[in-house]
Amino acid sequence: MWEQIRANKRNSVILLLVMALCLMGLGYVIGIAFFGSKAGFFGLIIATAVWLVLLAVSFAGGDQILLAASKATPVTHDVHPQLFNVVEEMTIAANLPKMPKVYIINDPAPNAFATGRSPESASVAVTAGLLARLNRDELQGVIAHEVSHILHRDILFITLAGIMLGSIVLISQVFLRGMFYSSMMGSRRRYSGGSSGGGQAQMIMMLIAILAAILAPIFAYLLYFALSRRREYLADAGAVRLTRYPEGLAGALEKIANDPAPQLASANKVTAPMYIANPLKGKKQRKLSDLTSTHPPISERIRILRNLSRGASFKDYSDSYSQTVGGKPIIPASALKESESVEIRQPGAKPKKAASAQKQMRQVGDIMRRVNQFTFLTCACGLKLKIPPNFKSNKVPCPRCKRSLDVPKAG
Amino acid sequence: MTALIIVGVIVVLLILFVIGIYNALVRLRNQVDNAWSQIDVQLKRRHDLIPNLVETAKGYMEHERGTFEAITEARSKAMGAKTVSEASQAEGGLSDALSKFMLVVENYPDLKANQNFLSLQEELSSTENKIAFARQGYNDQVLFFNNKIQMFPSNIIANSFNFTARDFFEIENAEERAVPKVSFS
Repeated sequence: MWEQIRANKRNSVILLLVMALCLMGLGYVIGIAFFGSKAGFFGLIIATAVWLVLLAVSFAGGDQILLAASKATPVTHDVHPQLFNVVEEMTIAANLPKMPKVYIINDPAPNAFATGRSPESASVAVTAGLLARLNRDELQGVIAHEVSHILHRDILFITLAGIMLGSIVLISQVFLRGMFYSSMMGSRRRYSGGSSGGGQAQMIMMLIAILAAILAPIFAYLLYFALSRRREYLADAGAVRLTRYPEGLAGALEKIANDPAPQLASANKVTAPMYIANPLKGKKQRKLSDLTSTHPPISERIRILRNLSRGASFKDYSDSYSQTVGGKPIIPASALKESESVEIRQPGAKPKKAASAQKQMRQVGDIMRRVNQFTFLTCACGLKLKIPPNFKSNKVPCPRCKRSLDVPKAG
Repeated sequence: MTALIIVGVIVVLLILFVIGIYNALVRLRNQVDNAWSQIDVQLKRRHDLIPNLVETAKGYMEHERGTFEAITEARSKAMGAKTVSEASQAEGGLSDALSKFMLVVENYPDLKANQNFLSLQEELSSTENKIAFARQGYNDQVLFFNNKIQMFPSNIIANSFNFTARDFFEIENAEERAVPKVSFS
């Protein structure tokens, strides 16, 4: 497994280097195109500066920005004991140095993600919809997947690569728009200055710059997506290894895939690779081929998981992958050096009865009220009262039987 | 002169290499110890939860005195265990007693509806899982550690600094191996 982490680190470094070269090359070419052949270095420095600033911001509080953007609320043990316990269990199984902070997102669409810089400062966020739909084993599978992301250092990679991608997109957009507007204004004098030969060379550089500005983001996107897809498989394999129970994650993915709820409101194209399953359910997603999708097809992930019958080690997952999907093995051979036999365990939880849509929505609401520190009271007549945290009076009449109930003071 | 510098550089590199491996071994050994203490923490937590559970259930299940006595006895035996093998046997007995108790609970719908009991049940079930996962994590760490100790070149350093291979935490009870936890919904 350490081999696995090392291989991941190496891949991340290679990817980041390629993206950095991409970024610097873009800056260099744009610099020459705008300010003449001596200014290429100047453009390079500006591009690097933009990247460094974004990097500093993301290191200082990137995870907090992402969590806030996803409208996630931090929760304690009492809000959802089961979620909290499952995260704790997976922390122990993965031997993480510290338990990740737990967040709940107020959204009926089932999904989850992990973020943070290092295993010491990681966070796990799940939606209220996920909690309402999954049973304990399935929730465990999802959390194990997220903890695997933390363990494999994917969270850092996603943050760094996302920032790099953002910088490239930003610079090329600024350049292309600048070009567009300056040509609209008709201010072409700048380029015809100097010797005529130099002007021609600059025109060629300009064309190259435009081409680079268009192609660099596409190239970076493809790299980013390809690697994030691979990491989803690896995290699935890791989850199976941690829980020793592939059916848990398979069942959870199936429920997520077949969910009728509208797509996650707070997700967008940049944050999409973080989630356990693609939160964007556009029509576009189906038509665009594998190249641009951030996640492997869920049906394929489920097939691989269900095909695991002999064991739950990385090797078993890799074999199952080759059997169901074919092609290149998903896990580097160096990671499989330590042969280990890992047995699959028996199911722990009873299947959650498929509740009606209305009941599920009520459960989602209850979870969110608990997150928002509502007090729950049960009246003698059986009616459940939900009291908001800013409720002032210490008595409340039951709306059904008119009994007066004591409101416990929030401590 | 140059030969001396080359020899010096090689010696320094060699020392750095040995320090690196030594530190890696110490880190792994600490991780093994840490994983072991995790098992201990969870076992203690289970011992603490049981009196509450019994207290809550007693009011509902007056005719099941034998079950309670079995649990209490298994608990005190597990708490009094001195050696590792004694402990793993006693903890196995406690797990058996608890799973029998949970089967009996199925006959008492009132108890199953009790909010307090439900939350205790979740805590206990989670603790059972944590014990299983801590054992799993411990065994993983032991595997890494033992591999490192036995493989070249780290085995040379391990031998000269007295790093010894650790034992896996095996479960004697075959029944528990098949079902590593008490199951609740």
